[in-house]
Amino acid sequence: MTALSIASAPTTQTEAPANIGLLRFITAGSVDDGKSTLIGRLLYDSKSLHADQVSAIEQSSLKRGLSEVDLSLLTDGLQAEREQGITIDVAYRYFSTPKRKFIIGDAPGHEQYTRNMVTAASTAELAVILVDARKGLATQTRRHSYLAHLLGVKHIVLAINKMDSVDWQQDIYRQIVSDYQEFAEALGLSNIVAIPMSALKGDNVVDASTAMPWYQGPTLLDYLQTVSTLADVSNKALRLPVQRVVRVMLGNAANQVIGDDEEFRGYQGTLAEGSLQCGDTVMVLPAWRSSQVRSLKLAGKSVKKAVAGSAVVVELEDEIDISRGDIIVGNDQPPKVTRELDADICWLAEQPLNPKAKYLIKHTTRTVKGLFGELHYKINVNTLEQHPQPEAVHMNDIVRVQIKLQQALFVDTYAENKVTGSFIVIDESSLATVAAGVIV
Amino acid sequence: MNSLKKSVWQDDDASAADVDPHANALHSHLDVLEAEAIFILREVAAECRNPVLLYSGGKDSAVVLHLAYKAFYPERIRLPLLHIDTGHNYPEVIDYRDRMAEHYQCNLQVRSLEDSIARGTIRLRHPLESRNPYQSVTLLESIEELSADACIGGARRDEEKARAKERVFSVRDEFGQWDPKNQRPELWSLYNARVIPGGNLRVFPISNWTELDVWQYIQRENIELPSIYFAHQRDVVRRGEVLVPVTELTPPQAGDQVETVTCRFRTVGDITCTAPVESPAATIVDIIHETATARVTERGATRLDDRASEAAMEQRKKEGYF
Repeated sequence: MTALSIASAPTTQTEAPANIGLLRFITAGSVDDGKSTLIGRLLYDSKSLHADQVSAIEQSSLKRGLSEVDLSLLTDGLQAEREQGITIDVAYRYFSTPKRKFIIGDAPGHEQYTRNMVTAASTAELAVILVDARKGLATQTRRHSYLAHLLGVKHIVLAINKMDSVDWQQDIYRQIVSDYQEFAEALGLSNIVAIPMSALKGDNVVDASTAMPWYQGPTLLDYLQTVSTLADVSNKALRLPVQRVVRVMLGNAANQVIGDDEEFRGYQGTLAEGSLQCGDTVMVLPAWRSSQVRSLKLAGKSVKKAVAGSAVVVELEDEIDISRGDIIVGNDQPPKVTRELDADICWLAEQPLNPKAKYLIKHTTRTVKGLFGELHYKINVNTLEQHPQPEAVHMNDIVRVQIKLQQALFVDTYAENKVTGSFIVIDESSLATVAAGVIV
Repeated sequence: MNSLKKSVWQDDDASAADVDPHANALHSHLDVLEAEAIFILREVAAECRNPVLLYSGGKDSAVVLHLAYKAFYPERIRLPLLHIDTGHNYPEVIDYRDRMAEHYQCNLQVRSLEDSIARGTIRLRHPLESRNPYQSVTLLESIEELSADACIGGARRDEEKARAKERVFSVRDEFGQWDPKNQRPELWSLYNARVIPGGNLRVFPISNWTELDVWQYIQRENIELPSIYFAHQRDVVRRGEVLVPVTELTPPQAGDQVETVTCRFRTVGDITCTAPVESPAATIVDIIHETATARVTERGATRLDDRASEAAMEQRKKEGYF
C-alpha cells in the first residue's frame, strides 16, 4: 500500500525532492490502448495535477458531451492534434513524488510515427509498453519493443491494460506475459516487469487493485519510484568530448576571469563516461598526446574529482593544440578512430535519403561530412525481417548502413556508450535533422 | 544524455575545502538538470555566431543567468543580455535587472516597446492594453538589429500545453514563427544548432525544469530575486479569482473595492497582465512549501493572457513569441 500513502500525502514533497533522482521514461502504445488515459491517470492519482488543469479537462469533457471526465484530454497538446484526436508529436510531461522526479516522453503509437518513438526513446531509461488485454500482443507491441531495444532502453514495463474489459482474468494476463517473454528473449530484452492494470478504473496505476487479488506485484507508480537505473560505472573508460576551449589571458579585460587572476586555458565539456580527477594521466585525440590533469572546475568551482554526467572544465599540464570536437580519454581503452561507420539509422525526414548527397554527421561535439556507402538492409519494424539492399530509404525506415566520413570520428558502439555511440545526420542544404544513428 | 543519471560529485578523496558543497547530493535531480543546462548553454556558445540571452529579471531568467555564469566560468558571460521592455514593469524588477547585469559584468541591451510604437510597427488598440502580445514585434526587430542567430530563454515545458512539445533548440523562420509541425527531432543531447540565413534559434536550457525545480535551485544556489516574489502588502482589486494590483496602469474602476492583502508574484511580467497571489510566503523555504502543495498552476493563477482560449499560447508562439 505504499503507493496509496504517497498519493494521498503530496505535502511531504517539501522535504523530499531535495535528494531524489530523476527517471526519464517513455510510454508507447496507441490511443486505442488507452495510453493517454494511463498518463492522465498517473498524473491524476499521484496528485500531480493542479485544480485549474482538472477543471480545464472537466470543461472540455462536458463540451464534448462526455459523461465522465476524460483523462486522456490532459495530454492532447496542440490545437491541430485536438482537432484530429491523435497525438502527432513527442510531448514531455513532468511530475514528481516524494521519491523521484519523472520526465515522461509521450510518443505516439502509430507506425508512421516510428521516428517519434525513436526520438523519445533516445533519452529514456525505461519504457512503458501498453498492451490491450482484450487483444493480446499486437504488431505494434513488437515494434515498440524492438525500438526500445534498438535505442538501448534498459527497463521495460509491459502494461497490460483494460483488465476490466476481460473480467480481471488472471489467465489472460498469464498468456500475454508468456507470449511476451518468448518474444523479448529472442530480441535480447531483459529487465521486464508485467503489470495488469486498468487505467480507466485506476487499478494498479497508482493505487493497488482490489479486483485482482491474484496479483501481488507493484503498481506502476511503485515500480517507477523504486526501479534502479544505475549502471555499473566502476570500470568505464573515460570519455570527455571537448565542447569549448576557454582561453583567458592575463590583462585582457575582454576575457576577464571571475575570481581568478591567472592566465588560464581549459577545456569545457560533459563527462560522457568515466570519472576524472586531478593528477590523472589522460590522452587527447586526435593529437594522440598524453598529459596530466592540472585542475578541474565544476559548475563554477574547483574540485578534485568529477564523475560521469558532470559538466566540467579541465586544465592540462601540457600545452596541446585542442579544439572543439576533440576528445579527452583515458590511457587505456581508447575509442575507435575511424572514417567509416556501420550503424542502424532511423530516417526522420520526409525527403528520402539521397545516396549521392553529402550529409553532415554530428557525433558528440564534432560535425563532419559523410556519404552513405552501402545500404546493408532495411528492417521491417513489425516482423523484424531484414530486407537486403533497399533501393530507397524513407521516413520511419530503420536501415543498417555504412557511412564514409571525410574526417575521422572517435567512436564506441552504442551498446558500450550511448554518447560516443550515437549521431545525427543533418541535410547540408535545409540544415534539418534528417536521421539518427546508433553505431554497431 | 542517458549517462547524466549517474551524475554525482564524488568526494571520497577530496579534501573538504575542495569538495563541491553539494557533494552529498547523490543523484540529485537538480545536479542532473544543472549539468544538462550547462551543456546546452555551452553548445549555443560554441555553435552560434551571435547568441543573446533574453533576460527579464524574472525568476526563470535569473536561473538561466546563474547557469550561464557556471557554464562559462572561469570566462565571464560574454553574450549580451537582451530585455524586451514593455515599459510596464515593476520598478523593483528593473532595478534588480540592472544590478544583476552589473554583478555578472554583462552587456545589457534594453529594447523598448515604446520604440516600436514610435516606429509604427506596434499599434495599440488602447493605451492601457496589455503589452505582452506585442513583445514579439520588438523582439523580432531586436533580433534583426543585433544580428542575433540564437536567443536563449527561460521557458519551461511544464508551463503550458503548447510548450510541452517545444524543442530545446527551436527553429524559427525569418518571421520568428514557430511551426509545431515542422520542428526538428531532438535525440540524445545531439542538438542541431544550424539555421538557414535569416532564420534563428530559440534555445531553452531549462526546458525540463518545473516550477518546483526552479525554486529548489534558487534555494540551493542562493540566487537573489526581485523582492516582489516574496510576501508583501499590496493594494488590489478582486476580479473573480484574480487579484488585480492597483497601479498607475491598472487604476481601480468606479465601484471597485480596493483592499490591502499580503501577496506575492509567482510570475513577473507586464504589469497589466501579471497578477499576484495571496500568500504569506516570505522566504524561499515558504515558497517551496507553497509550490509543492499548490492547487493551481503558475500560469493559471497569474497570467491573464493565457486564459483567453485553450490554444492561446500556441497561437502566440506561432506569431514569434518565445
